[in-house]
Formats: sequence, structure tokens, C-alpha cells
Amino acid sequence: MEICRRNDQIEISELDPFLAELFRQIPTSANPEGVPAAEKRLFTPPINGKEAEICAEWKIYVEPELRRLFQTATQTVAADLEQLNGSERILANRTLRIPCKHADAWLSALNQARLVIAAKNDFTERELGDHFRSPTGSRRDLSLFQVNFYGFLQEFILRELGS
Amino acid sequence: MSCEPRRGRGCLAQSEEMKGMTHILNEKAGSVTTAEPTIEKETRSEEDLDLPWQVVVHNDPVNLMSYVTMVFQRVFGYPREKAERHMLEVHHKGRSVLWSGMRERAELHVQQLHGYLLLATLEKAG
Repeated sequence: MEICRRNDQIEISELDPFLAELFRQIPTSANPEGVPAAEKRLFTPPINGKEAEICAEWKIYVEPELRRLFQTATQTVAADLEQLNGSERILANRTLRIPCKHADAWLSALNQARLVIAAKNDFTERELGDHFRSPTGSRRDLSLFQVNFYGFLQEFILRELGS
Repeated sequence: MSCEPRRGRGCLAQSEEMKGMTHILNEKAGSVTTAEPTIEKETRSEEDLDLPWQVVVHNDPVNLMSYVTMVFQRVFGYPREKAERHMLEVHHKGRSVLWSGMRERAELHVQQLHGYLLLATLEKAG
């Protein structure tokens, strides 16, 4: 896989079928529905303690807005990912071009996906910090690889935003 | 992200103040009279008026350090060095107070931070 900035786009080329599938999984992975731990992490209360009134107002007024914000980001990413659904040979390497104006949506969707996967698998801080562990075949190891891969993409996008 | 509906109480207090200052123009007599001042009703609890409230960000092993730094720069307008200092405080001490002041503004900052998926809460100072 090669990743570079070309004018107002981030170009990710030589995407093999495995990595292309990880990209395709971003919107699905970012969805917290049916995973209470993920819902809890994405929609945290605004205050610790017994301020029930503030928490109730937050649920009514703020949470729906946050849901819309997160959904809009994943929809933008899903639309960009349509490029990976071309009619080329199934095992051919692909190229993905992300417009820089979509960078914030990508940062959000990648972050949502990382948080949801981490919450779903209940990864420990130690596991999350072990960047040199590679997938060994279990579903859990693959999920950890997914979290780290999405983190790498976030780092690249952040670097490009800062430059 | 807007939180207009939750600001109703503040606006009510303001409109009551305005009533008390209303001038009535008596066109026929050509004179200006001042209406009876309206006694302002207390529309916010003492708790709401307490100052200050703090915006606290808590450690989260998933969010990247560079991402958290960028969010602090965007939400609070901090220069990179200050944003990094707060990020490292969150990382090493588990939490950092990013901002303190009026409750409504603090709520807005927490809402913005949640929009970036950071773990942030409001706390009363002291």
C-alpha cells in the first residue's frame, strides 16, 4: 500500500484485497448499534455525579445532534469508498482517492470505528499500546490490527492537515 | 451544533429585564412616561449562577495523542505547545482542566469535545 498527498487529494494506491476490505469495513465498524459498551462510549454523560437534570437535557437535545454528526461523517466516508466497488478483477489492487475537504469526516469515522471496535472487544490499554503485534488468526487479533490500521490512517491524515 | 432550546431560561431572564426599562410614548400629550418597573423574576437557580464551571478531559487509550492535540487547538484555539501540554497532562495524570467559566459556555465546549469523541465532562470548580 502506498499513501501520499496529490494536490487536494490523499491518494492510497496499491491497496491489496485484504486492506481494501478493511477500508470497506469502516462505516460498518463505526456503527455502535447493538453494542451497549460502544453506545456508552460514543454517547457519554456530560457530567459525573448526580446532576440528573443536566444528563436528561443532554439526552434530549445534544445526543441526537451528535448522532447526526457521526452519521454524516460515516456517510461521507461510505460515498468515498464507492471507488473500491469497481468492476475490476476481484483480486486486483485498488486505488482510493480521498478529497482533502473530506478529511474531517474521515478522522471522525475512523475514530468512531476504533472506539466501537475497542469497546466491543474490551481491549486493555496494554493491548492497544502494543503496535508491533500482528494478526495471528483470531478474530480478536484481527480487530486489534484493524484499530491500529485505522490509527495509522488517522495519523497520516492529521499530518497532511498540519502540513 | 446548536443548543438553543436549552438556553430558554437565560433568554427569559433577559426579557424580564427589558420590560422594566420600557418607555411608553404618549403621542397625544407629546410626552414620554416611564412604565412601572417590573420586578425581575428569578429564573435561574443559584446553582446555575455559581462560577466557575470546569471543562475536564479524561484519558482514553484509544484516541491518538496527535488527534487530541488537534482537537484542543480547534475547540479552544490554543497554540500547539499549550494544546500538547494539556494532552500530556491527560495522558500522564488521567485528566486535565481545559477551560473554566460560565456554565453555558462550558456545556458548549463539552458538546464540541464529544463531537470529536473525546471523554469530557463538566465539573463545578472547587
